Amino acid sequence: MTATFEYVLGLADDALISSQRLAEWYAAAPEMEEDVALANIALDQLGAARLLLSYAGELEGAGRDEDALAYLRGDREFRNALLVELPNGDFAVTIAKLLFLSAYQLPLYAALSECGDERLAAIAGKARNETAYHVDHSSLWTIRLGDGTAESHRRMQAAVDELWPYTDELFAADERAPVDPATLRGPWLATVERVLAEATLTRPADAWGPTGGRDGVHTEHLSYLLAEMQVLHRAHPGATW
Amino acid sequence: MSDVSWPLWEVFVRARRGLSHTHVGSLRAPDAAMALRNARDLYTRRQEGVSIWVVPAAGITASSPDEKDAFFEPAADKVYRHPTFYQVPDGVAHL
Repeated sequence: MTATFEYVLGLADDALISSQRLAEWYAAAPEMEEDVALANIALDQLGAARLLLSYAGELEGAGRDEDALAYLRGDREFRNALLVELPNGDFAVTIAKLLFLSAYQLPLYAALSECGDERLAAIAGKARNETAYHVDHSSLWTIRLGDGTAESHRRMQAAVDELWPYTDELFAADERAPVDPATLRGPWLATVERVLAEATLTRPADAWGPTGGRDGVHTEHLSYLLAEMQVLHRAHPGATW
Repeated sequence: MSDVSWPLWEVFVRARRGLSHTHVGSLRAPDAAMALRNARDLYTRRQEGVSIWVVPAAGITASSPDEKDAFFEPAADKVYRHPTFYQVPDGVAHL
């Protein structure tokens, strides 16, 4: 059974928007080494996004390629979860976002790599190995900041508390999904709770979480991100270099 | 940028099985685990290696350029230390 356009678009947009956010750190990270590390992860996400967008375009069958989908959709047409579009904040917020996202993408890609849609399975199989490294990188930083100085602990805890509600949306029921999102929360919690414990951070209580991203109802932050990401292509359609 | 720089680490990469690790450069990292990951990002992005060592730069003792003559010059005139100095006797098939 092949996946639907809408579902693949959701996967693609999670990767694309998180890539754009991570790229904002380029030349602004705390150390040059971290610049390169975050840019590498951004490029991994971009690579997955391109494959997924191209596949989504084929599933739709309306002649839209990866560029048309990335650069010529408005915010209401994006299907990413709200988590990935949130502003980077300080370094702790960026790391917490990456931890929450990659700990979700890892079991997701692992499950998708064995799904009935061969094309999607191949893309997921490739992305899984890269995602394992994203989990590793964000885990190490979470532990260092959480179990670091009083100030780094305070900031890391604040980031975790602020972002925790947004993780609900990742596991919301989706009838189009080849993998039931609810089954991913167990592995996600196992990873995140282990990291938070080692980082001496408190796991926030579960409560209400905002949703809407999968239906195209986003925070205001996405529009600003898209304006920056799309301006060149919209001003000079088809521009290449 | 932070006011205090992280410690310096020297990076050694083995290109493939059977070769030895070769010094490829240095980087800064707060500890060994991060140094290893930074090395992966900085020095093996184009499949340059299958194994990485990171060593605290402070842990390396280097010979001094000032002592170059005392260290290395005495070896110059000792040609008998090279195998090419010796003639292989006739009749030795396997040496």
